[in-house]
Amino acid sequence: MSVYLLRRLLQSVLVMLAMSVIVFVGVFAIGDPVEILISPDADQMERERAIKALGLDLPLWMQYLSFLGNALRGDLGRSFVFNEPALQLILQRMPATLELALGATIMALIIGLPLGLYAGLKPKSPLSSTIMAGSILGFSLPTFWVGLMLIMVFAVQLGWLPSTGRGPTVEVLGMRWSFLTWDGLRHLAMPALNLALFKISLVIRLTRAGVRETMLMDYVKFARAKGLSPARVTYVHVFKNILIPVVTVVGLELGSTIAFSVVTESVFAWPGMGKLIIDSINVLDRPVIVAYLMMIVLMFITINLLVDLAYSALDPRVRLENK
Amino acid sequence: MAASPGAVSPVSATASSPTLEVRNLQTHFFTRAGVVKAVDGVSFTVGRGKVMGLVGESGSGKTVTGFSILGLVDEPGRIVGGEILFHGQNLARLKEEEMRQLRGNRIAMIFQDPMMTLNPVLRVDTQMIETVLAHTKVSKEEARQRARDTLGMVGIPSPDERLKSYPHQFSGGMRQRVAIAIALLHRPELIVADEPTTALDVTIQAQILAEVQKLCAQTGTAMIWITHDLTVVAGLADELAVMYAGRVVEHGPVNGTLDKPLHPYTMGLIGSVPSRNKRGEPLRQIPGMTPSLLNLPVGCAFRTRCPKAQDKCQQDPPLGELLPGRRARCFFPYNMPAEAAA
Repeated sequence: MSVYLLRRLLQSVLVMLAMSVIVFVGVFAIGDPVEILISPDADQMERERAIKALGLDLPLWMQYLSFLGNALRGDLGRSFVFNEPALQLILQRMPATLELALGATIMALIIGLPLGLYAGLKPKSPLSSTIMAGSILGFSLPTFWVGLMLIMVFAVQLGWLPSTGRGPTVEVLGMRWSFLTWDGLRHLAMPALNLALFKISLVIRLTRAGVRETMLMDYVKFARAKGLSPARVTYVHVFKNILIPVVTVVGLELGSTIAFSVVTESVFAWPGMGKLIIDSINVLDRPVIVAYLMMIVLMFITINLLVDLAYSALDPRVRLENK
Repeated sequence: MAASPGAVSPVSATASSPTLEVRNLQTHFFTRAGVVKAVDGVSFTVGRGKVMGLVGESGSGKTVTGFSILGLVDEPGRIVGGEILFHGQNLARLKEEEMRQLRGNRIAMIFQDPMMTLNPVLRVDTQMIETVLAHTKVSKEEARQRARDTLGMVGIPSPDERLKSYPHQFSGGMRQRVAIAIALLHRPELIVADEPTTALDVTIQAQILAEVQKLCAQTGTAMIWITHDLTVVAGLADELAVMYAGRVVEHGPVNGTLDKPLHPYTMGLIGSVPSRNKRGEPLRQIPGMTPSLLNLPVGCAFRTRCPKAQDKCQQDPPLGELLPGRRARCFFPYNMPAEAAA
């Protein structure tokens, strides 16, 4: 187990290193931030001073090495725009994105698992057909459009939920969270549902497919031949087996939900990382872009590791043993 | 091991009544392509402590017969006719909840593939204890005790340790022993064994056959042994029913039937078993394929593959008692005394 972890960590470091090169070169290729940052009527002297101050006069490899050296000390550079450490900027906005993504994931499981289970157990009932048709909509409707429609219905016409922002926040562990207050939850509900829609459909389909497949297995028939109650057959013998693919996919999806909550955050003006990265890309705020991408890579690596560990807890056959 | 209260039924005390009597059982599958008569008028009885061999090729309806007895026929299949009398009680008419209380308790089943019958994500103790608790009100500790004793009974060494293992940590033979132990937990009066040794090595097969035989003799359990392997039933069964295309084509005591088969299909099955006496000869096989149950020949279903078929076989032959205690569904049987004299 510890050998396995060590090897995984080593691999992670290599991935991070490779990613940093790609990101750095990529961002360098996008364009020159100088044009955007410095006012057009600045003279040559001022221009050069600014370029020197930002470290943009050095060749690419030297810029990279100094970035790498600073990164090892936990310094991912200062934002050109805010003149604040990039990492700090991102960390400030991370709780908002995290609670949005986690809220969406929990919603997807709470709504998706029961619906998928029902559709799998009673494939011929009209309700199941409705669920499956609904999941196709969830897959195919564009997120931003659904977000706008939600605002139209729940904020504008019914006036039940606020349309933008996080609402009041409470500070816990040095970070600000809005899910701890009632009003904060009301602010969270719509964006989380919007972000969850795709994942609900995904969980429904995965669960249904899993149930349909597992019900045909010999061990389910054997469990019935043992005289177990239908509830025990469904909730222990079938459910535990379908959790394996669901956990894997939902776990891996969590990473992309965090990384790509950009659209939802923009629609609902949710002050998270996604909104920050969009703004930074618009002004070519290189350090923030690089720091953000590095954070996302780190997050993906961590989530993949956690999913692997959860997987081995659920499926005894892949349990990681010391050999 | 404490006797389970549900295990001994008052009805079974009457020694004369058979444990199971299947009468004209019909199980059909209503598929889009048409009605598949998987089991079409099968009858047999199994007495206390007796072993009934149900033999036939794949798709002959053996397994569906077994599932019908346990009430485990799934959509689109349905028992459409006949009676399954278990100590005189018609199982085909039972409500699902009443049937559930019998399953795994007084009637147990062992499946074909031991690699597939145990749930891969649940420990062996979980899967055994839940079976005990489904039918008796005992504490979890007592249930574990019974599970451990039964594992020991089927020859699993250090059962305490093995209870905590997952199925993938067992070999195929050991898994089948666990499945047999689960079937024996409540000392059932009837076990339906669906090719339980087919997936095992020959040596393991022999061991398991010997154990099962011993256990049945000890507890008076009646058994239906479903197989396509004639050599297995030869040493195990008391009676034999040979199935073809959903029907019993020959039925009788095991020795007489294997020594002097009446039906050409039984003859063909026996002929295709490799044996030392036939060394050097090419293995005989039954020509043709099992017909599709959707498209059976008119009359005798076997006639298209039968060496003795004549025009008369286009009519349906009845399952008649051709010799004392021997029944066959054929107009031109082998091994009849008259034929032997001629």
